[in-house]
Amino acid sequence: MSEERPNHDGRWTDTAPGPAQRGSADVTDLPAFTERSLGLVIDLDTCVGCHACVVACKGWNTEHYGAPLADSDAYGANPVGSFLNRVHSFEVQPDGDAPARLVHFPKSCLHCEDAPCVTVCPTGASYKRSEDGIVLVNESDCIGCGLCAWACPYGAREMDLVEGVMKKCTLCVDRIYNENLPEEDREPACVRTCPTGARHFGDLSDPSSDVSKLVAERGGIELMPEQDTKPVNRYLPPRGKDGELDVLAPFLEPVAEEPKGFMAWLDSALERL
Amino acid sequence: MHPAKSIILFTTLSGLGFGFLAFLCVGPSPVTGWGAVAGFASGLALAGAGLMASAFHLGHPERALKAFTQWRSSWLSREGWLACATLAVTGANAAFAVFAGIRVPPLAWLGAVLCVITLTATSMIYAQLKTVPRWNHWTTTALFLLLAFCGGALLSAMTWTAVTLLAGTGLVQCYAWRIGDSRLRASGTTSATATGLGGSGAVRSFEPPHTGDSYLTREMIHVIARRHSRKLRRTAFLLSFLLPVALLSAASAYGQAIWAAAICAHVAGVFVLRWLFFAEAEHVVGFYYGRR
Repeated sequence: MSEERPNHDGRWTDTAPGPAQRGSADVTDLPAFTERSLGLVIDLDTCVGCHACVVACKGWNTEHYGAPLADSDAYGANPVGSFLNRVHSFEVQPDGDAPARLVHFPKSCLHCEDAPCVTVCPTGASYKRSEDGIVLVNESDCIGCGLCAWACPYGAREMDLVEGVMKKCTLCVDRIYNENLPEEDREPACVRTCPTGARHFGDLSDPSSDVSKLVAERGGIELMPEQDTKPVNRYLPPRGKDGELDVLAPFLEPVAEEPKGFMAWLDSALERL
Repeated sequence: MHPAKSIILFTTLSGLGFGFLAFLCVGPSPVTGWGAVAGFASGLALAGAGLMASAFHLGHPERALKAFTQWRSSWLSREGWLACATLAVTGANAAFAVFAGIRVPPLAWLGAVLCVITLTATSMIYAQLKTVPRWNHWTTTALFLLLAFCGGALLSAMTWTAVTLLAGTGLVQCYAWRIGDSRLRASGTTSATATGLGGSGAVRSFEPPHTGDSYLTREMIHVIARRHSRKLRRTAFLLSFLLPVALLSAASAYGQAIWAAAICAHVAGVFVLRWLFFAEAEHVVGFYYGRR
Protein backbone atom coordinates (compact mmCIF):
# COMPACT_ATOMS: atom_id res chain seq x y z
CA MET A 1 0.00 0.00 0.00
CA SER A 2 1.35 3.37 -0.85
CA GLU A 3 1.68 5.97 1.82
CA GLU A 4 -0.73 8.90 1.76
CA ARG A 5 1.20 12.14 1.63
CA PRO A 6 0.31 15.62 0.43
CA ASN A 7 2.01 16.79 -2.72
CA HIS A 8 3.47 20.22 -3.11
CA ASP A 9 0.15 21.75 -4.06
CA GLY A 10 -1.40 20.52 -0.86
CA ARG A 11 -3.73 18.01 -2.48
CA TRP A 12 -3.56 14.61 -0.83
CA THR A 13 -2.75 11.86 -3.24
CA ASP A 14 -1.88 8.23 -2.90
CA THR A 15 1.41 8.69 -4.67
CA ALA A 16 4.72 9.97 -3.41
CA PRO A 17 5.05 13.75 -3.66
CA GLY A 18 6.29 14.68 -7.09
CA PRO A 19 7.84 17.95 -8.18
CA ALA A 20 5.48 20.86 -8.09
CA GLN A 21 3.77 21.92 -11.29
CA ARG A 22 6.01 24.32 -13.13
CA GLY A 23 4.44 27.13 -15.09
CA SER A 24 6.76 27.79 -17.97
CA ALA A 25 9.89 26.22 -19.39
CA ASP A 26 12.22 24.48 -17.01
CA VAL A 27 14.47 27.43 -16.35
CA THR A 28 15.50 28.99 -13.06
CA ASP A 29 14.71 32.43 -14.36
CA LEU A 30 12.58 34.44 -12.02
CA PRO A 31 8.96 34.91 -13.09
CA ALA A 32 8.38 38.34 -14.65
CA PHE A 33 5.17 38.66 -12.69
CA THR A 34 3.60 36.84 -9.76
CA GLU A 35 -0.19 36.81 -9.39
CA ARG A 36 0.15 37.04 -5.62
CA SER A 37 3.04 37.63 -3.21
CA LEU A 38 2.38 35.38 -0.27
CA GLY A 39 4.60 36.04 2.71
CA LEU A 40 4.94 36.71 6.39
CA VAL A 41 4.76 39.87 8.46
CA ILE A 42 6.65 39.47 11.74
CA ASP A 43 5.93 41.78 14.64
CA LEU A 44 9.15 42.42 16.56
CA ASP A 45 7.14 44.30 19.19
CA THR A 46 5.13 41.24 20.13
CA CYS A 47 7.60 38.38 19.69
CA VAL A 48 8.75 37.07 23.07
CA GLY A 49 11.41 34.74 21.68
CA CYS A 50 9.76 31.51 22.86
CA HIS A 51 10.91 29.51 19.78
CA ALA A 52 7.46 27.86 19.46
CA CYS A 53 7.51 28.78 15.72
CA VAL A 54 10.90 27.06 15.38
CA VAL A 55 9.57 23.86 16.91
CA ALA A 56 6.27 23.93 14.97
CA CYS A 57 8.18 24.50 11.72
CA LYS A 58 10.64 21.70 12.41
CA GLY A 59 7.77 19.38 13.34
CA TRP A 60 5.57 20.04 10.32
CA ASN A 61 8.39 20.01 7.82
CA THR A 62 9.92 16.85 9.23
CA GLU A 63 6.68 14.92 9.03
CA HIS A 64 5.35 16.19 5.71
CA TYR A 65 6.57 17.20 2.28
CA GLY A 66 10.08 16.28 1.22
CA ALA A 67 13.10 15.00 3.08
CA PRO A 68 12.79 15.26 6.87
CA LEU A 69 14.78 18.01 8.59
CA ALA A 70 17.54 15.82 9.91
CA ASP A 71 19.58 16.21 13.07
CA SER A 72 22.91 14.58 13.66
CA ASP A 73 24.36 13.74 17.08
CA ALA A 74 21.09 15.05 18.51
CA TYR A 75 21.78 13.75 22.02
CA GLY A 76 25.57 13.89 21.83
CA ALA A 77 28.19 16.48 22.58
CA ASN A 78 27.95 18.30 19.28
CA PRO A 79 24.35 18.34 18.06
CA VAL A 80 23.61 19.97 14.71
CA GLY A 81 20.48 19.96 12.59
CA SER A 82 18.61 21.76 9.84
CA PHE A 83 15.94 24.30 10.63
CA LEU A 84 13.92 26.52 8.29
CA ASN A 85 13.20 29.14 10.91
CA ARG A 86 15.48 30.40 13.65
CA VAL A 87 15.05 33.05 16.34
CA HIS A 88 17.93 35.43 16.98
CA SER A 89 18.02 37.91 19.86
CA PHE A 90 19.55 41.36 19.45
CA GLU A 91 20.42 44.02 21.95
CA VAL A 92 19.67 47.56 20.80
CA GLN A 93 21.54 50.20 22.78
CA PRO A 94 20.16 53.72 22.29
CA ASP A 95 22.51 56.72 22.50
CA GLY A 96 23.24 57.97 26.00
CA ASP A 97 22.25 56.33 29.26
CA ALA A 98 18.93 54.83 28.18
CA PRO A 99 18.71 51.13 29.01
CA ALA A 100 19.34 48.68 26.20
CA ARG A 101 16.43 46.85 24.64
CA LEU A 102 16.22 43.16 23.80
CA VAL A 103 14.55 42.30 20.49
CA HIS A 104 13.71 38.73 19.54
CA PHE A 105 14.08 38.26 15.84
CA PRO A 106 12.63 35.24 14.02
CA LYS A 107 14.19 34.71 10.61
CA SER A 108 13.13 32.45 7.76
CA CYS A 109 12.96 32.67 3.96
CA LEU A 110 11.71 36.09 2.83
CA HIS A 111 10.47 34.78 -0.57
CA CYS A 112 12.29 37.59 -2.39
CA GLU A 113 11.03 39.01 -5.67
CA ASP A 114 14.60 39.08 -6.99
CA ALA A 115 15.68 35.88 -5.29
CA PRO A 116 19.42 35.39 -5.97
CA CYS A 117 19.14 31.79 -4.73
CA VAL A 118 16.92 30.94 -7.71
CA THR A 119 19.06 32.32 -10.52
CA VAL A 120 22.31 30.74 -9.31
CA CYS A 121 20.82 27.23 -9.24
CA PRO A 122 22.48 25.10 -11.98
CA THR A 123 19.80 22.38 -12.08
CA GLY A 124 16.50 24.23 -11.96
CA ALA A 125 15.70 22.71 -8.56
CA SER A 126 15.26 26.19 -7.09
CA TYR A 127 12.36 28.15 -8.44
CA LYS A 128 9.87 30.89 -7.65
CA ARG A 129 6.23 30.15 -8.37
CA SER A 130 4.46 32.63 -10.62
CA GLU A 131 1.06 31.97 -9.02
CA ASP A 132 1.91 32.95 -5.45
CA GLY A 133 5.58 33.95 -5.37
CA ILE A 134 6.67 31.12 -3.08
CA VAL A 135 10.32 30.12 -3.51
CA LEU A 136 10.70 26.34 -3.43
CA VAL A 137 13.28 23.60 -3.94
CA ASN A 138 12.43 20.57 -6.00
CA GLU A 139 14.43 18.12 -3.94
CA SER A 140 14.61 15.42 -6.60
CA ASP A 141 16.52 17.84 -8.87
CA CYS A 142 18.80 19.27 -6.17
CA ILE A 143 22.43 18.17 -6.46
CA GLY A 144 23.36 19.71 -3.09
CA CYS A 145 26.01 22.11 -4.43
CA GLY A 146 25.13 24.71 -1.81
CA LEU A 147 25.51 27.72 -4.12
CA CYS A 148 21.96 28.94 -3.39
CA ALA A 149 22.75 29.08 0.34
CA TRP A 150 25.81 31.17 -0.47
CA ALA A 151 23.73 33.50 -2.63
CA CYS A 152 21.13 34.13 0.10
CA PRO A 153 22.07 37.08 2.32
CA TYR A 154 19.66 36.05 5.07
CA GLY A 155 20.86 32.54 5.84
CA ALA A 156 17.44 31.18 4.92
CA ARG A 157 18.68 28.01 3.27
CA GLU A 158 20.34 25.13 5.04
CA MET A 159 21.76 21.98 3.53
CA ASP A 160 20.34 18.85 5.08
CA LEU A 161 23.50 17.01 5.97
CA VAL A 162 21.80 13.61 6.01
CA GLU A 163 19.81 13.92 2.78
CA GLY A 164 22.35 16.06 0.90
CA VAL A 165 19.68 18.41 -0.46
CA MET A 166 18.92 22.05 0.23
CA LYS A 167 16.09 22.76 2.65
CA LYS A 168 14.18 26.00 2.97
CA CYS A 169 10.89 27.48 4.13
CA THR A 170 8.05 26.40 1.82
CA LEU A 171 5.63 28.85 3.46
CA CYS A 172 3.92 25.55 4.37
CA VAL A 173 2.70 25.19 0.80
CA ASP A 174 1.30 21.81 1.87
CA ARG A 175 -0.88 23.47 4.53
CA ILE A 176 -2.09 26.71 2.99
CA TYR A 177 -3.90 25.05 0.05
CA ASN A 178 -4.69 21.81 1.87
CA GLU A 179 -8.44 21.26 1.75
CA ASN A 180 -8.16 18.30 4.10
CA LEU A 181 -7.21 20.62 6.93
CA PRO A 182 -9.77 22.73 8.83
CA GLU A 183 -9.80 26.24 7.41
CA GLU A 184 -8.13 27.82 10.46
CA ASP A 185 -5.15 25.50 9.97
CA ARG A 186 -4.56 26.59 6.36
CA GLU A 187 -1.70 28.91 7.25
CA PRO A 188 1.99 28.26 7.88
CA ALA A 189 2.73 26.18 10.99
CA CYS A 190 4.79 29.00 12.53
CA VAL A 191 1.90 31.47 12.18
CA ARG A 192 -0.66 28.98 13.46
CA THR A 193 1.38 28.17 16.56
CA CYS A 194 2.65 31.62 17.62
CA PRO A 195 1.19 32.18 21.11
CA THR A 196 1.54 35.98 20.94
CA GLY A 197 0.20 36.48 17.43
CA ALA A 198 3.51 37.98 16.32
CA ARG A 199 3.40 36.28 12.91
CA HIS A 200 0.96 37.14 10.16
CA PHE A 201 0.47 35.44 6.81
CA GLY A 202 -1.11 36.86 3.68
CA ASP A 203 -0.79 38.39 0.21
CA LEU A 204 1.56 41.35 0.37
CA SER A 205 0.88 42.32 -3.24
CA ASP A 206 -2.74 43.14 -2.38
CA PRO A 207 -2.88 46.57 -0.69
CA SER A 208 -6.24 45.72 0.89
CA SER A 209 -5.01 42.55 2.63
CA ASP A 210 -4.64 42.51 6.42
CA VAL A 211 -0.88 42.04 6.18
CA SER A 212 -0.47 44.98 3.77
CA LYS A 213 -2.54 47.19 6.09
CA LEU A 214 -0.37 46.14 9.04
CA VAL A 215 2.77 46.98 7.10
CA ALA A 216 1.37 50.40 6.11
CA GLU A 217 0.16 51.17 9.64
CA ARG A 218 3.28 50.09 11.52
CA GLY A 219 5.94 51.05 8.96
CA GLY A 220 6.99 47.50 8.10
CA ILE A 221 10.59 47.23 6.97
CA GLU A 222 12.51 44.99 4.59
CA LEU A 223 15.79 43.42 5.65
CA MET A 224 19.06 44.35 3.90
CA PRO A 225 17.45 46.54 1.21
CA GLU A 226 20.96 47.28 -0.16
CA GLN A 227 21.24 43.65 -1.29
CA ASP A 228 18.47 44.37 -3.88
CA THR A 229 16.66 41.10 -3.26
CA LYS A 230 13.26 42.80 -2.82
CA PRO A 231 12.07 40.53 0.01
CA VAL A 232 8.32 39.94 0.31
CA ASN A 233 8.33 39.35 4.09
CA ARG A 234 8.21 42.45 6.26
CA TYR A 235 9.22 43.14 9.86
CA LEU A 236 7.23 45.47 12.12
CA PRO A 237 9.69 47.46 14.25
CA PRO A 238 9.28 47.42 18.04
CA ARG A 239 7.19 50.31 19.41
CA GLY A 240 8.91 52.94 21.58
CA LYS A 241 9.19 52.26 25.30
CA ASP A 242 6.83 54.03 27.70
CA GLY A 243 8.56 56.58 29.93
CA GLU A 244 8.13 54.44 33.03
CA LEU A 245 10.07 51.20 32.74
CA ASP A 246 8.24 49.37 35.52
CA VAL A 247 4.52 50.01 35.30
CA LEU A 248 3.90 48.66 38.83
CA ALA A 249 6.55 50.75 40.57
CA PRO A 250 4.30 53.75 41.42
CA PHE A 251 1.85 51.45 43.22
CA LEU A 252 4.40 49.75 45.48
CA GLU A 253 5.44 50.76 49.02
CA PRO A 254 8.83 52.46 48.86
CA VAL A 255 11.61 50.39 50.35
CA ALA A 256 12.78 51.89 53.71
CA GLU A 257 15.91 53.92 53.07
CA GLU A 258 16.42 55.15 56.68
CA PRO A 259 17.12 52.53 59.36
CA LYS A 260 15.00 52.41 62.53
CA GLY A 261 15.47 51.14 66.11
CA PHE A 262 18.66 49.16 66.82
CA MET A 263 19.77 49.52 63.17
CA ALA A 264 19.44 53.31 63.51
CA TRP A 265 21.61 53.33 66.68
CA LEU A 266 24.20 51.02 65.05
CA ASP A 267 24.23 53.15 61.94
CA SER A 268 24.83 56.40 63.88
CA ALA A 269 27.40 54.70 66.19
CA LEU A 270 29.38 53.46 63.24
CA GLU A 271 29.05 56.84 61.59
CA ARG A 272 30.67 58.53 64.66
CA LEU A 273 33.54 56.08 64.87
CA MET B 1 33.49 31.02 3.87
CA HIS B 2 34.36 27.42 4.54
CA PRO B 3 37.51 26.46 2.58
CA ALA B 4 36.32 23.07 1.29
CA LYS B 5 39.14 20.85 0.03
CA SER B 6 37.12 19.75 -2.99
CA ILE B 7 36.57 23.32 -4.22
CA ILE B 8 40.15 24.38 -3.55
CA LEU B 9 41.36 21.37 -5.54
CA PHE B 10 38.85 22.07 -8.29
CA THR B 11 39.67 25.75 -8.80
CA THR B 12 43.44 25.26 -8.48
CA LEU B 13 43.82 22.19 -10.69
CA SER B 14 41.32 23.16 -13.38
CA GLY B 15 42.79 26.69 -13.42
CA LEU B 16 46.25 25.27 -13.96
CA GLY B 17 44.96 22.81 -16.56
CA PHE B 18 43.03 25.35 -18.63
CA GLY B 19 45.89 27.85 -18.37
CA PHE B 20 48.33 25.22 -19.66
CA LEU B 21 45.95 24.10 -22.44
CA ALA B 22 45.60 27.71 -23.63
CA PHE B 23 49.39 28.02 -23.92
CA LEU B 24 49.67 24.61 -25.61
CA CYS B 25 47.07 25.64 -28.20
CA VAL B 26 48.47 29.00 -29.20
CA GLY B 27 51.95 29.11 -27.67
CA PRO B 28 54.79 30.29 -29.92
CA SER B 29 56.66 26.98 -30.08
CA PRO B 30 54.76 24.38 -32.11
CA VAL B 31 54.01 21.31 -30.01
CA THR B 32 54.06 17.97 -31.80
CA GLY B 33 55.18 14.42 -31.15
CA TRP B 34 55.98 13.23 -27.60
CA GLY B 35 56.07 16.80 -26.32
CA ALA B 36 52.50 17.22 -27.45
CA VAL B 37 51.47 13.89 -25.91
CA ALA B 38 52.93 14.80 -22.51
CA GLY B 39 51.72 18.40 -22.63
CA PHE B 40 48.16 17.87 -23.73
CA ALA B 41 47.76 14.76 -21.58
CA SER B 42 48.83 16.60 -18.45
CA GLY B 43 46.77 19.71 -19.32
CA LEU B 44 43.63 17.67 -19.97
CA ALA B 45 44.30 15.54 -16.88
CA LEU B 46 44.70 18.59 -14.64
CA ALA B 47 41.52 20.24 -15.95
CA GLY B 48 39.61 16.95 -15.81
CA ALA B 49 40.83 16.13 -12.30
CA GLY B 50 39.73 19.57 -11.13
CA LEU B 51 36.25 19.03 -12.53
CA MET B 52 36.07 15.59 -10.92
CA ALA B 53 37.10 17.10 -7.57
CA SER B 54 34.23 19.57 -7.79
CA ALA B 55 31.78 16.65 -7.89
CA PHE B 56 32.93 15.62 -4.40
CA HIS B 57 31.45 18.86 -3.10
CA LEU B 58 27.97 17.78 -4.14
CA GLY B 59 25.38 16.21 -1.87
CA HIS B 60 24.12 14.19 -4.84
CA PRO B 61 26.95 13.74 -7.37
CA GLU B 62 24.88 11.13 -9.25
CA ARG B 63 22.55 13.96 -10.35
CA ALA B 64 25.44 16.12 -11.63
CA LEU B 65 24.18 15.96 -15.25
CA LYS B 66 21.14 18.01 -14.22
CA ALA B 67 23.57 20.92 -13.71
CA PHE B 68 23.77 21.32 -17.50
CA THR B 69 20.17 22.51 -17.80
CA GLN B 70 20.19 26.08 -16.46
CA TRP B 71 22.92 27.70 -18.56
CA ARG B 72 20.63 30.61 -19.37
CA SER B 73 20.64 31.89 -15.79
CA SER B 74 23.33 30.08 -13.78
CA TRP B 75 27.10 30.63 -13.96
CA LEU B 76 27.68 27.22 -12.42
CA SER B 77 25.73 25.59 -15.23
CA ARG B 78 27.55 27.69 -17.87
CA GLU B 79 30.86 26.69 -16.31
CA GLY B 80 29.92 23.02 -16.75
CA TRP B 81 29.10 23.44 -20.45
CA LEU B 82 32.14 25.58 -21.16
CA ALA B 83 34.50 23.19 -19.36
CA CYS B 84 33.21 20.25 -21.41
CA ALA B 85 33.35 22.23 -24.68
CA THR B 86 36.89 23.34 -23.87
CA LEU B 87 38.02 19.81 -23.07
CA ALA B 88 36.46 18.58 -26.34
CA VAL B 89 37.99 21.29 -28.55
CA THR B 90 41.45 21.21 -26.94
CA GLY B 91 41.25 17.41 -27.00
CA ALA B 92 40.56 17.47 -30.75
CA ASN B 93 43.38 19.95 -31.22
CA ALA B 94 45.64 17.60 -29.24
CA ALA B 95 44.61 14.66 -31.42
CA PHE B 96 45.65 16.56 -34.56
CA ALA B 97 48.97 17.57 -33.01
CA VAL B 98 49.76 14.12 -31.65
CA PHE B 99 48.48 11.75 -34.31
CA ALA B 100 48.79 13.82 -37.47
CA GLY B 101 51.57 16.15 -36.35
CA ILE B 102 49.74 19.15 -37.75
CA ARG B 103 48.48 22.38 -36.29
CA VAL B 104 44.96 23.53 -37.04
CA PRO B 105 45.09 27.25 -36.15
CA PRO B 106 41.30 27.88 -36.09
CA LEU B 107 40.80 24.92 -33.76
CA ALA B 108 43.76 25.93 -31.61
CA TRP B 109 42.53 29.50 -31.25
CA LEU B 110 39.01 28.33 -30.51
CA GLY B 111 40.44 26.09 -27.78
CA ALA B 112 42.48 28.91 -26.26
CA VAL B 113 39.51 31.31 -26.31
CA LEU B 114 37.31 28.66 -24.70
CA CYS B 115 39.94 28.17 -21.97
CA VAL B 116 39.74 31.89 -21.17
CA ILE B 117 35.92 31.90 -21.20
CA THR B 118 35.78 28.81 -18.98
CA LEU B 119 38.14 30.36 -16.45
CA THR B 120 36.00 33.51 -16.50
CA ALA B 121 32.85 31.46 -15.89
CA THR B 122 34.51 29.66 -12.95
CA SER B 123 35.44 32.99 -11.42
CA MET B 124 31.91 34.34 -11.96
CA ILE B 125 30.47 31.59 -9.73
CA TYR B 126 32.16 33.50 -6.92
CA ALA B 127 32.32 37.06 -8.29
CA GLN B 128 28.55 37.16 -8.89
CA LEU B 129 27.75 36.76 -5.17
CA LYS B 130 26.70 40.08 -3.71
CA THR B 131 26.45 38.32 -0.35
CA VAL B 132 30.25 37.93 -0.26
CA PRO B 133 31.49 41.48 -0.89
CA ARG B 134 35.16 40.47 -1.02
CA TRP B 135 34.45 38.24 -4.05
CA ASN B 136 31.97 40.60 -5.69
CA HIS B 137 34.73 42.56 -7.48
CA TRP B 138 36.63 42.44 -10.79
CA THR B 139 39.83 41.33 -9.05
CA THR B 140 38.26 37.88 -8.52
CA THR B 141 38.00 37.25 -12.26
CA ALA B 142 41.34 38.94 -12.95
CA LEU B 143 43.14 36.70 -10.47
CA PHE B 144 41.48 33.47 -11.63
CA LEU B 145 42.64 34.28 -15.18
CA LEU B 146 46.09 35.59 -14.31
CA LEU B 147 46.96 32.73 -11.95
CA ALA B 148 45.91 30.23 -14.63
CA PHE B 149 48.10 32.03 -17.20
CA CYS B 150 51.06 32.06 -14.74
CA GLY B 151 50.71 28.29 -14.32
CA GLY B 152 50.37 27.83 -18.09
CA ALA B 153 53.48 29.89 -18.83
CA LEU B 154 55.47 28.04 -16.16
CA LEU B 155 54.41 24.62 -17.44
CA SER B 156 55.20 25.72 -21.02
CA ALA B 157 58.70 26.80 -19.86
CA MET B 158 58.37 30.31 -21.31
CA THR B 159 60.80 32.15 -19.04
CA TRP B 160 60.10 35.81 -19.79
CA THR B 161 56.37 35.41 -20.23
CA ALA B 162 56.25 33.58 -16.91
CA VAL B 163 58.36 36.16 -15.06
CA THR B 164 56.28 39.05 -16.45
CA LEU B 165 52.99 37.32 -15.63
CA LEU B 166 54.14 36.36 -12.12
CA ALA B 167 55.21 39.91 -11.35
CA GLY B 168 51.98 41.39 -12.71
CA THR B 169 49.79 38.84 -10.94
CA GLY B 170 51.64 39.46 -7.68
CA LEU B 171 50.76 43.15 -7.94
CA VAL B 172 47.10 42.42 -8.73
CA GLN B 173 47.00 40.01 -5.78
CA CYS B 174 48.34 42.70 -3.44
CA TYR B 175 45.72 45.12 -4.74
CA ALA B 176 42.99 42.48 -4.30
CA TRP B 177 44.03 41.97 -0.67
CA ARG B 178 44.10 45.72 -0.04
CA ILE B 179 40.71 46.43 -1.61
CA GLY B 180 39.28 43.14 -0.30
CA ASP B 181 39.83 44.14 3.31
CA SER B 182 37.50 47.12 2.83
CA ARG B 183 34.85 45.42 0.71
CA LEU B 184 32.58 44.30 3.54
CA ARG B 185 32.45 47.80 4.98
CA ALA B 186 31.93 49.28 1.49
CA SER B 187 29.00 46.91 0.84
CA GLY B 188 26.83 49.00 3.15
CA THR B 189 25.41 45.93 4.87
CA THR B 190 25.62 46.17 8.65
CA SER B 191 23.84 44.62 11.60
CA ALA B 192 21.57 47.69 11.44
CA THR B 193 20.43 47.00 7.84
CA ALA B 194 20.30 43.24 8.53
CA THR B 195 17.81 43.70 11.35
CA GLY B 196 16.23 47.04 10.40
CA LEU B 197 16.70 48.04 14.05
CA GLY B 198 19.44 50.61 13.41
CA GLY B 199 17.06 53.55 13.90
CA SER B 200 16.71 53.01 17.63
CA GLY B 201 20.35 52.46 18.58
CA ALA B 202 23.45 50.31 18.16
CA VAL B 203 22.53 46.72 17.29
CA ARG B 204 24.50 43.86 18.84
CA SER B 205 23.87 40.13 18.63
CA PHE B 206 22.76 39.20 22.14
CA GLU B 207 22.04 35.52 21.74
CA PRO B 208 22.34 33.33 18.65
CA PRO B 209 19.41 31.06 17.74
CA HIS B 210 21.38 27.93 18.58
CA THR B 211 24.06 27.16 21.15
CA GLY B 212 26.11 24.93 18.89
CA ASP B 213 27.13 25.14 15.26
CA SER B 214 24.81 25.02 12.29
CA TYR B 215 25.24 24.59 8.54
CA LEU B 216 25.20 28.39 8.30
CA THR B 217 27.95 29.04 10.82
CA ARG B 218 30.13 26.21 9.48
CA GLU B 219 29.69 27.18 5.85
CA MET B 220 29.49 31.00 5.86
CA ILE B 221 31.12 32.14 9.11
CA HIS B 222 34.17 29.95 9.15
CA VAL B 223 36.32 32.22 11.31
CA ILE B 224 38.85 29.58 12.41
CA ALA B 225 40.13 29.18 8.87
CA ARG B 226 41.31 32.79 8.72
CA ARG B 227 43.07 32.82 12.07
CA HIS B 228 46.55 32.87 10.50
CA SER B 229 45.62 34.82 7.40
CA ARG B 230 48.49 37.36 7.62
CA LYS B 231 51.13 34.63 7.89
CA LEU B 232 49.44 32.67 5.12
CA ARG B 233 49.37 35.74 2.87
CA ARG B 234 53.14 36.14 3.23
CA THR B 235 53.71 32.41 2.67
CA ALA B 236 51.45 32.35 -0.39
CA PHE B 237 53.08 35.43 -1.89
CA LEU B 238 56.55 34.00 -1.38
CA LEU B 239 55.64 30.60 -2.87
CA SER B 240 53.46 31.70 -5.78
CA PHE B 241 55.36 34.74 -7.00
CA LEU B 242 58.72 35.59 -5.38
CA LEU B 243 60.28 32.12 -5.31
CA PRO B 244 59.37 31.19 -8.94
CA VAL B 245 60.67 34.54 -10.21
CA ALA B 246 63.92 34.10 -8.28
CA LEU B 247 64.30 30.52 -9.51
CA LEU B 248 63.55 31.42 -13.13
CA SER B 249 66.27 34.09 -13.06
CA ALA B 250 68.70 31.25 -12.47
CA ALA B 251 66.89 28.80 -14.75
CA SER B 252 69.16 29.09 -17.77
CA ALA B 253 72.15 28.05 -15.66
CA TYR B 254 70.62 25.02 -13.97
CA GLY B 255 67.98 23.76 -16.37
CA GLN B 256 65.04 21.51 -15.71
CA ALA B 257 65.39 20.94 -11.95
CA ILE B 258 64.94 24.68 -11.38
CA TRP B 259 61.84 24.72 -13.59
CA ALA B 260 60.36 21.84 -11.62
CA ALA B 261 61.10 23.64 -8.35
CA ALA B 262 59.55 26.86 -9.66
CA ILE B 263 56.39 25.06 -10.80
CA CYS B 264 56.06 23.19 -7.48
CA ALA B 265 56.50 26.39 -5.47
CA HIS B 266 53.96 28.24 -7.61
CA VAL B 267 51.33 25.49 -7.46
CA ALA B 268 51.78 25.13 -3.68
CA GLY B 269 51.42 28.91 -3.40
CA VAL B 270 48.23 28.92 -5.48
CA PHE B 271 46.75 26.27 -3.15
CA VAL B 272 47.45 28.60 -0.21
CA LEU B 273 46.00 31.55 -2.15
CA ARG B 274 42.81 29.58 -2.83
CA TRP B 275 42.55 28.58 0.82
CA LEU B 276 42.75 32.27 1.70
CA PHE B 277 40.28 33.18 -1.07
CA PHE B 278 37.64 31.15 0.75
CA ALA B 279 38.81 31.50 4.35
CA GLU B 280 39.05 35.31 4.26
CA ALA B 281 35.74 35.86 2.47
CA GLU B 282 33.08 37.24 4.78
CA HIS B 283 29.41 36.43 4.11
CA VAL B 284 26.87 39.10 5.12
CA VAL B 285 24.82 36.50 7.04
CA GLY B 286 27.53 36.89 9.70
CA PHE B 287 25.85 40.16 10.70
CA TYR B 288 22.98 38.13 12.15
CA TYR B 289 25.44 36.24 14.33
CA GLY B 290 27.63 39.20 15.32
CA ARG B 291 30.54 37.43 13.69
CA ARG B 292 32.35 38.00 10.44
